[in-house]
Amino acid sequence: MAPATPKPGATDPAIIRNFCIIAHIDHGKSTLADRMLQITGVVDPRNMRAQYLDRMDIERERGITIKSQAVRLPFKADDNEQYVLNLIDTPGHVDFTYEVSRSLAACEGAILLVDAAQGIEAQTLANLYLALENNLVIIPVLNKIDLPAAQPEKYAAELAHIIGCSPDDVLKVSAKTGEGVSELLNEVVKLIPAPVGDAQAPARALIFDSVYDTYRGVVTYVRVIDGRIPLRDKIKMMSTAETHETLEVGVISPEPVATEALGVGEVGYLITGVKDVRQSRVGDTVTLAARPAQSPLGGYRDPKPMVFSGLYPLDGSDYPLLRDALDKLKLNDAALVYEPETSVALGFGFRCGFLGLLHLEIVRERLEREFNLELISTAPNVIYEVTMDDGTKHVVTNPSEFPGGKIAEVQEPIVRATILSPSEFVGTVMELCQQRRGTLLGMDYLSEDRVEMRYTLPLAEIVFDFFDQLKSRTRGFASLDYETTGDQVADLVKVDILLHGDPVDAFSAIVHKDKAYAYGVMMASKLKDLIPRQQYEVPIQAAIGARVIARETIRAMRKDVLAKCYGGDISRKRKLLEKQKEGKKRMKMVGRVEVPQEAFIAALSTDDSAAKDKSK
Amino acid sequence: MASRSLGAYVHVPFCGSRCGYCDFNTYTASELQRDGTSVSADTYAQRVINEIKLTAEKKSDFVKPLETVFFGGGTPTLLPAKDLTQILAQLGQTYGLAQDCEVTTEANPDSVDKEYLETLRSGGFTRISFGHQSSSQKVLQVLDRTHTAGRTWQAVDWAKEVGFAHVSVDLIYGSPHETDEDLQLTLDEVAGAPVDHVSAYSLIVESGTRLAATIKRGELPAPSDDVAAARYEMIDKALTGMGMTWYEVSNWSLPGGECRHNIAYWRNQDWLGIGPGAHAHFDGLRQWNVRHPAAWAALVDSGDMPVADSEQLSTLDVAHENIMLALRLRSGLALSALSVAALVQAELALTDGLLDPQQFANGLAVLTFKGRLLADGLVARLWD
Repeated sequence: MAPATPKPGATDPAIIRNFCIIAHIDHGKSTLADRMLQITGVVDPRNMRAQYLDRMDIERERGITIKSQAVRLPFKADDNEQYVLNLIDTPGHVDFTYEVSRSLAACEGAILLVDAAQGIEAQTLANLYLALENNLVIIPVLNKIDLPAAQPEKYAAELAHIIGCSPDDVLKVSAKTGEGVSELLNEVVKLIPAPVGDAQAPARALIFDSVYDTYRGVVTYVRVIDGRIPLRDKIKMMSTAETHETLEVGVISPEPVATEALGVGEVGYLITGVKDVRQSRVGDTVTLAARPAQSPLGGYRDPKPMVFSGLYPLDGSDYPLLRDALDKLKLNDAALVYEPETSVALGFGFRCGFLGLLHLEIVRERLEREFNLELISTAPNVIYEVTMDDGTKHVVTNPSEFPGGKIAEVQEPIVRATILSPSEFVGTVMELCQQRRGTLLGMDYLSEDRVEMRYTLPLAEIVFDFFDQLKSRTRGFASLDYETTGDQVADLVKVDILLHGDPVDAFSAIVHKDKAYAYGVMMASKLKDLIPRQQYEVPIQAAIGARVIARETIRAMRKDVLAKCYGGDISRKRKLLEKQKEGKKRMKMVGRVEVPQEAFIAALSTDDSAAKDKSK
Repeated sequence: MASRSLGAYVHVPFCGSRCGYCDFNTYTASELQRDGTSVSADTYAQRVINEIKLTAEKKSDFVKPLETVFFGGGTPTLLPAKDLTQILAQLGQTYGLAQDCEVTTEANPDSVDKEYLETLRSGGFTRISFGHQSSSQKVLQVLDRTHTAGRTWQAVDWAKEVGFAHVSVDLIYGSPHETDEDLQLTLDEVAGAPVDHVSAYSLIVESGTRLAATIKRGELPAPSDDVAAARYEMIDKALTGMGMTWYEVSNWSLPGGECRHNIAYWRNQDWLGIGPGAHAHFDGLRQWNVRHPAAWAALVDSGDMPVADSEQLSTLDVAHENIMLALRLRSGLALSALSVAALVQAELALTDGLLDPQQFANGLAVLTFKGRLLADGLVARLWD
């Protein structure tokens, strides 16, 4: 006789196992989760759909998980005992390292899931290191062993080398067919320790995710460390000291199930009626207002935007819509910051701060898709700190803020990048990193033909088109992960692009002195092709301050007049000219130069496409 | 109502053959046959006469002596000369012809002889405009013109001999394969001919024409605006050298040789439009006839005005047209007709060298040489 399914809020921590899956995009995490839902029987086969746990359309389409979610899986193990497995899903991308670290902090163990045909990727490796730092028990697993191209022996050896176990300890599964998944769940029960906490102590729960729902308000996902979080009680957010009442407490299994409380070691959700995820921040500690904990759990950090870009509606009259859309997205995105900005060339828009390029791309895509906006985004920018000769400092997130005058030094953010690449591309990767002002920190062979390279690189270089270049130069085989590590002084200048003597703010860029000329030439020649001839000659100049470093000329149009205009031509010609004039209204005026919107989009598009590829 | 002069345009929609660049409302005999209509050159004059009477009945407010009459096409001279003079006579009978009425016909150099011209002249025609286009056989071939270059000058001489005071030639420049030398040859020949007027048009590739298709297939190079601009300069220089001046962006004449009919278009006067597809203007109302000769003939035969549609111009439309048309003329556009915003644009155009500073000081927007080539863009800038 099987024991009854343990009740949330009254579950013995000894039978709980909290774990996550560390995997690269496409290595089969969502499929493995689907199989776990089926094997544990929490999803009726009729209701099963692929990638069950991925909520947003964007997630399902792009095969990536942006926000994590936790699912409670009752599981009867081979020892015939009933267990409760909490699978905490983690976001799988470089921009969300902090969120990943909080999800890991909610677990005692992790499944390291690697594609048996591809081996480990840089981001997986980085997340593995994070998990090891959090003292998680690692269960190495090779997925897709059913594929003809699978090389389980080779990659088992690689994994064993990385985490220091025996190749025989590496489990082999096929999430697609379900082979080996039951065994894996039994290993989870066996190897991952049960959570340990003090049920009598003041309550402490770690927020590892926080999601805005139109109907329910903010849904906060927590892992209880000590004490109990009951329904209809006053909770307190330790970073802000704000208090809220728990209107609903529950677990996801895999649909929300309301309960009376969450106890030690349990993972579930809280609803308090707050409307903004900023009031319920990832990494914060929840305690009870009546009997608060003395100290929060460690590791809380404010989300810090690293990459900035101007977002402008293509149609200027959409500006209020864009503002409303950003206000709505912000409710669900604690890391998104923005403020109004005006560009001479692009009109009214917003300067937005993002965790990274993927975050930028996701926000932009959601704005376009969910709010039907057409947007131009300016080239992404990092944060510079400019110190003047007189000691005054400027924080620059937009080239237009770059001060003129005597500059003592400019600081730029740098990252520690990890690149995994087949060994045949080591030279290529090193060359690229060198071009991008990288400093090699070290290099290790993970296996005979795979190398891990560690570099310090300016974030600005990564933001530009580094990932694109890395992928194209290694035929897609290299993978990249990075984390910001601080600032460095660099020889940076602002390059302005002038049309007919007027600077076009949207095309200004802060670049390394050695690359200013190349940038200037690239932009000037690009614009020359994109801007139609005007009634007068239009010089395009790239300049650093007053010094012109590159120049192109759009020759003046010499003739626009249609030859004939007699009695029968008058109406037609008037209408033709009216139509042309109407078309010109959609052009942006830069000084007196009419620039078609397509020219802006095309001129700004390199960075755009880089961002797109990066998220794939 | 300010006194408005009245002119008449008579469209003759027939051609011996269709030129590859042409998108005019004209038909060859075989095209008409294919369309299965009974309309032909034989019956044309009578229907035109009927339409003239009909128009005078329906638009009786506008009946007054005609200042100018213009026969265009197509090829008006495909009709017998007597047909043309009969039509003119009907116009005189119904509307009256002013004392110094200018009566022009377009003519294909191939389709006239001395006798034909004599009949026109004695029937009241005062002016003739030959479609010469080019003196280069190669260019004429590209344009599908049937005449040989020399024929024009023969026809011009006949016209002078029979007493036409005003003889004009039309030129087309910027054709595919045209060289500066080709154009220079044309201009040299014009200089040697007794003409008092030249119209020169840069070749416009109209969509739907055979030429457009040929260019699209890459069999002929597309005309370049830069080349056309340079050719325009050659033309202006040569004609100025002959004592002519420009009076409209595409028209030059000796003093007194201006085409008054066309000037009436640009000064927004009234005119009748007779024949298929012809446009008329009655004090802010633009109307146009049905395009196909058969449809036109049916309406005329049943006693209905063969009007396809009309457009009553708004005050803004009229203002726009005034700017668009007056700016093309050397007499220029009164700056007083411009809004404050448009004046700012006009001043910019002055700085850009598109408008004549002296005339500007006199309150007129008059195009400079450079401005003449860029008039369309300037028109749009001066519109509100």
